[in-house]
Amino acid sequence: MLTYFKNIWIGFYSALVGMKITWKHIFAKKVTIQYPDERFPLPSNARNRLQLMPARCTGCTLCVAACPVNCITLETVRVVPDDPHQELYENGTPRKMWVTRYEMDFAKCCFCGLCVAACPSDAIHHTTDFEYSSLDRSHLYYKFQTLTPEQAEEKKRLFAEFKAREAREKEAKAQAAKPDAPRPEAEV
Amino acid sequence: MQSTNFIWDLFGVNLLTVVAVVALPLGFVLIYALVAILAELKISAWIQERLGPMRTGPYGILQPVAEVIKLLQKEDITPDASSKLLYNLAPFIIFSGAYAAFAVIPFSSAFMPANINVGLFYVFAIGSISAMGIVMGGWASSNKYSLMGAMRSVSQLISYEIPAAMAVLSIVVLSSSMNMQEISHAQTGYFWDWYLFGGPGSWTKVFIIPFTITLAIAYFIASLAETNRVPFDIPEGESELVAGFHTEYGGIKFAMFYFAEYANMFVVSAIFTTIFLGGWNSPFGEFLQGPGWGVMWFILKSFSIVFVQIWVRWTLPRFRVDQLMYLGWKVLLPVSFICFFAISLFVMFK
Repeated sequence: MLTYFKNIWIGFYSALVGMKITWKHIFAKKVTIQYPDERFPLPSNARNRLQLMPARCTGCTLCVAACPVNCITLETVRVVPDDPHQELYENGTPRKMWVTRYEMDFAKCCFCGLCVAACPSDAIHHTTDFEYSSLDRSHLYYKFQTLTPEQAEEKKRLFAEFKAREAREKEAKAQAAKPDAPRPEAEV
Repeated sequence: MQSTNFIWDLFGVNLLTVVAVVALPLGFVLIYALVAILAELKISAWIQERLGPMRTGPYGILQPVAEVIKLLQKEDITPDASSKLLYNLAPFIIFSGAYAAFAVIPFSSAFMPANINVGLFYVFAIGSISAMGIVMGGWASSNKYSLMGAMRSVSQLISYEIPAAMAVLSIVVLSSSMNMQEISHAQTGYFWDWYLFGGPGSWTKVFIIPFTITLAIAYFIASLAETNRVPFDIPEGESELVAGFHTEYGGIKFAMFYFAEYANMFVVSAIFTTIFLGGWNSPFGEFLQGPGWGVMWFILKSFSIVFVQIWVRWTLPRFRVDQLMYLGWKVLLPVSFICFFAISLFVMFK
C-alpha cells in the first residue's frame, strides 16, 4: 500500500520536474541560425571551395601529385627569354613558367586540403564559399589560368621555336667544338 | 431562468439567428484551431530551443494557414480495400462530435448556444462520438495499424471516461447543477470561489480544497487521454502504429482529424475552465466582470489550459497501453472516487 502511494507521488512529482525543465527551456536562448539571413561564423581552418592565386603559382605540379582524386589539371610552358610578354611573380621575381592550364573539378574534389599543404608558394587556399552548388556538373569545373587559349597556343609555339633554335645552336656548337670531325663544307 | 443567448435576445428566434448561433462557435473553432496549431508549433519549438516557423509571414504566424491550404490541395484518396462509406464518414463524425460539444459551452453569461439542464452529461455523451469516429476510421481503412489504433482508442476510452466522469460528478454534487451556465454563475466572486478551491461557501470548505484540487488534476489527466494527445496518444502512436487510426487518411480528411483534435482540446479545456476555474468569471470580483469581458476571461483561461496541454505534450513520453490502464483503473479511479465520496459527505453535512 505504501509503495502504491509512493509510486503515484513519484510519477506525479517527476512529471512536474520534467515540466519545470521544459518551462525553463521555453525562455532559453534559441540555437537556431536562420541560415540565408544569419550565418554561422566558419572556423579559420574551414575547407571549402579552393582558390588559386595565379600570380603566385609557379606551375611546379606538386599539387597535382598531392591530389588523391586527380581533380587538378595542370599544364605549363617555359617562359622564352625573347618573349616580349614577361611577367613577375607576386614576390617580384620573374616568372619562369607559363601556367597555360590550371583547372579544378570541384565535382571530384574531396576537400582534403593536401594541395594546399603541398603548395610551396602558398598559391592555393581554401575560401569560405560553400554556396556554389549547381544543377549542371560542368558548372563545377573551374578554370584558374590567366592566359587565353590563343595566348597559350602562342606561348607553346614560341617555346617550340625556342627549343628548335636551341637545338640548332647546340648542334652548331657541337660541330664547332669538334674540328676533327669531317665537316661537309670543309671537304669541298 | 435568465436568457443565455444575446443573439436570440436581440433578434428573436428565426432561421437566420439560428444559423448565426450555430456559425459563431464554428467560426471560433476554425480560427482557434489555426491559433492552436501555431501555438503547438511555436511552443514545441521553444521547448526544444528552436525558433519554429519563421518564414511564412512575420514570425511565421501564417504557417497554419499555409498548412491548411496545402492539405486542401492534396489529392483526395480513398483506398481500394477500404469500406468507402465508413471511411469517408469517419472524419466528419469525429469533427461533428468535437463541434457538437460547443453547444453547451458557456462562452459568456450572455452567450451559450444551447441552454440545456444536462450540459455536462451531454458533453460526456457527445465526447464518446469522437471515439466512435476513430473506431470507424480505423476499421474502414482496412489497415492493421489503423485497426490497432482504433482498438487502443476504445480501451483508452473506457479507462479515462470513468475517472473524468467522477471528477465532473463531484463538481455537480458540489454545485447541485449540471447546467454549465449555472455552474459558472455559482462561482461568481473572487478566484477563491472557484471550485478548484472548494467553491463559494464558509471557511469549512478548507476540508474539501485538497479533494477538489486532486480532482482537477485527475480530470486534467483524463482530459489529456480524451484528446488522444501525448502522453496518452497511444491510438496514434506514430513510432509503433505509423499514425494509428488516421494512417490511411490524407488531404482534407486528414485536416478534419487535425481540426477535430484541436477542437477537442478546446472542449476539454472549456469544461475544465467552467467546472474548476470559474468559467467566464473574473478572478478579482467586479474587476472586468461582465458579459463582454466574460468572453475574454473564458478564452484566456481555456487557452491557458490548452497551453498546459501543449506543454505536457512536449515534456512527457508516451505511456504504454498497460501503463494507461494502470493509471486509469488503479490510480485515477480510486482517487477520484475517494474525492467524490469526501465531497458528497461534505455536501451532506454542511
